[in-house]
Amino acid sequence: MKTQDILEETYLALTSNKVRSGLTMLGIVIGIGSVIAMLAIGQGAQNSVESNIQSIGSNLITISPGAQRGPGTSVSSGRGSAKSLKLSDAEVIAKEISGVKAVAPEVSGRYQITAKGTNTNTQVVGTNGEYPVVKNVEIDIGSFISGQNVNSSARVAVLGSSVRDDLFGTSTDAVGNSIKINKIEFKIIGVLKEKGGSSFASQDDMVFIPVTTAQRLLSGDEYLNAIDVSAQDANLTTQIQEEITALLLEKHNISDPSKIDFRTMNQSDIASTASSVTEIFTILLGSVAGISLVVGGIGIMNMMLTTVTERTREIGLRKAIGAKAKDISTQFLIEAITITFLGGIIGVILGWCAAFGISYFGIIQTSVSLFSVLLAFGVSAFIGIVFGYYPARRASKLNPIDALRYE
Amino acid sequence: MIEIKNITKIYQTGVVNFEALKGVSFDIQDGEFVAIMGPSGSGKSTLMHILGALDTPTSGTYFLDKKDVSVLSENELADIRRDKIGFVFQSFNLLPRATVLRNVILPLVYEGVGKEERAKKAQAALVSAGLDEKYFPHLSNQLSGGQIQRVAIARALVNNPSLILADEPTGNLDSKTGEIVLGTFQKLNKEQGKTIVLITHEPDIAQHADRIIFIKDGFLVSDSRGHKKRVIQ
Ligand SMILES: Nc1ncnc2c1ncn2[C@@H]1O[C@H](COP(=O)(O)OP(=O)(O)OP(=O)(O)O)[C@@H](O)[C@H]1O
Ligand SMILES: [Mg+2]
Repeated sequence: MKTQDILEETYLALTSNKVRSGLTMLGIVIGIGSVIAMLAIGQGAQNSVESNIQSIGSNLITISPGAQRGPGTSVSSGRGSAKSLKLSDAEVIAKEISGVKAVAPEVSGRYQITAKGTNTNTQVVGTNGEYPVVKNVEIDIGSFISGQNVNSSARVAVLGSSVRDDLFGTSTDAVGNSIKINKIEFKIIGVLKEKGGSSFASQDDMVFIPVTTAQRLLSGDEYLNAIDVSAQDANLTTQIQEEITALLLEKHNISDPSKIDFRTMNQSDIASTASSVTEIFTILLGSVAGISLVVGGIGIMNMMLTTVTERTREIGLRKAIGAKAKDISTQFLIEAITITFLGGIIGVILGWCAAFGISYFGIIQTSVSLFSVLLAFGVSAFIGIVFGYYPARRASKLNPIDALRYE
Repeated sequence: MIEIKNITKIYQTGVVNFEALKGVSFDIQDGEFVAIMGPSGSGKSTLMHILGALDTPTSGTYFLDKKDVSVLSENELADIRRDKIGFVFQSFNLLPRATVLRNVILPLVYEGVGKEERAKKAQAALVSAGLDEKYFPHLSNQLSGGQIQRVAIARALVNNPSLILADEPTGNLDSKTGEIVLGTFQKLNKEQGKTIVLITHEPDIAQHADRIIFIKDGFLVSDSRGHKKRVIQ
């Protein structure tokens, strides 16, 4: 039998039963398409969590006042309400610990803010000039708080982009205008670039003033809500975290580490926690996808096996009129390959379209990986070829009479 | 020319072995029209499968055109079927979703005959089997029983075999359509000199042949030419 004739025979066999070929292909299309779409969603979720964590800051270590326990009580006061961190702690960290790129103190609270007839209620953060470096924020217009501003406890403010939009509208730059925070007047010296996204605490909604001004005029005491430290290198964060702990314990005169009055948190801890969560998410989606692959596979299997009766008799007939076992098995192999590849290609395209649609409608930014395409394609091609080819190959070895009588 | 000697066929069905043929011997010369008759279950189809190289005997020898068929390999048997024998089965004769023409072309495809030549040969075979040309492009599951048998005969003829084996070719047909099919066989036998072996359990049908071999319970009971042959005009 000539190759061209085998191809023609395969084509005729596939097109003569379009429903059967179509349904078999559908199983493969669904299997492959769903695996690709699901894994793209999982990968997209992982990427977006990772980029959110990146946007918190660069190599960030955050020190916050810890649960301080008063003598004789076992009730710890809430996080952040303890008063243990001072500006001098931030200064000593910057001075004593090597590998630190920048240190920014934070005094924060929610206040009513008014500007010519408009008002809003938002987070006001007192900090220093290093904050943009530590927290990965950029200035859009004007400038950020300077060391000079901090030293002189200047009444100047930098607005997050959405605060500016709320108070002054999007069309003006607002710099040079003034706002009142808690009825105290501040001059606007800058506006931050929009950070967007769904960061945990977006600077878009904040107002920044010098830390000294915040302590004096707003909180009224000398304590801080947090100290943010940026390490020069991601590998240094754990070591710097330990050094800070030791340094502050010494400075706070605490000899028993269980009485610690502050806590430190490392960006890579957050990142690894978050990535283990998203990994679970991807595994979950992957298993759903795996199940659809199995279901798709069973669909293929079912189609191939239910037609085996009809096809076994067909094989008997073909053999009776002169086909050799090899002619038969070659034809069925090509049939199975054609079906799985056509179905596979359609499945890849559909899965990719689904992933693209999900991104397009802004549900989540998906990303199709080559791995998922290969995995989905490989598994269903395997199932399709095994179950399309194997029974036919067995039937091709039957003697024609047994094949013809097959029920 | 067919020469079989002491052919037996034992089917293994679970624990019990069933002996369907118990030592059958006869010769069939080229150009003969032979009917093999016998009651249901007597071993007619089993015998035909052996004659048609579709199956091998358990013991005994089978020479087709002086060649020992019982020692051939799977692939050599396939060649014999393709080149020397045409089959007409009682049922499941055609690929239901292929056209009439394609069904008849198929043996030539397996033989490797070129495209144009095989189409020409298939059309000629269909014409000599008596099928109207307008049915050639029809799917074979759109045909009547008589038309199907004629397509099957055409397919049996298409690679010009010397031997045609037909297992109850009229079993599913009414007597009038059956006569037309039998007439086709007689014509092929007379005009083209084909050897025809016709299997049936009906004496009426067997009488269309020149010679009637009667088997019962796996034994050859009689082999005669003594009847008055029915000839279809
Ligand atoms: N593949 C098989 N396995 C087991 N037994 C078989 C097989 N084929 C046939 N037989 C048995 O062999 C015997 C002869 O069968 P065969 O088909 O040759 O009969 P037959 O003469 O063609 O009958 P019918 O006129 O009904 O077609 C039967 O008893 C049958 O049960
Ligand atoms: Mg029979």
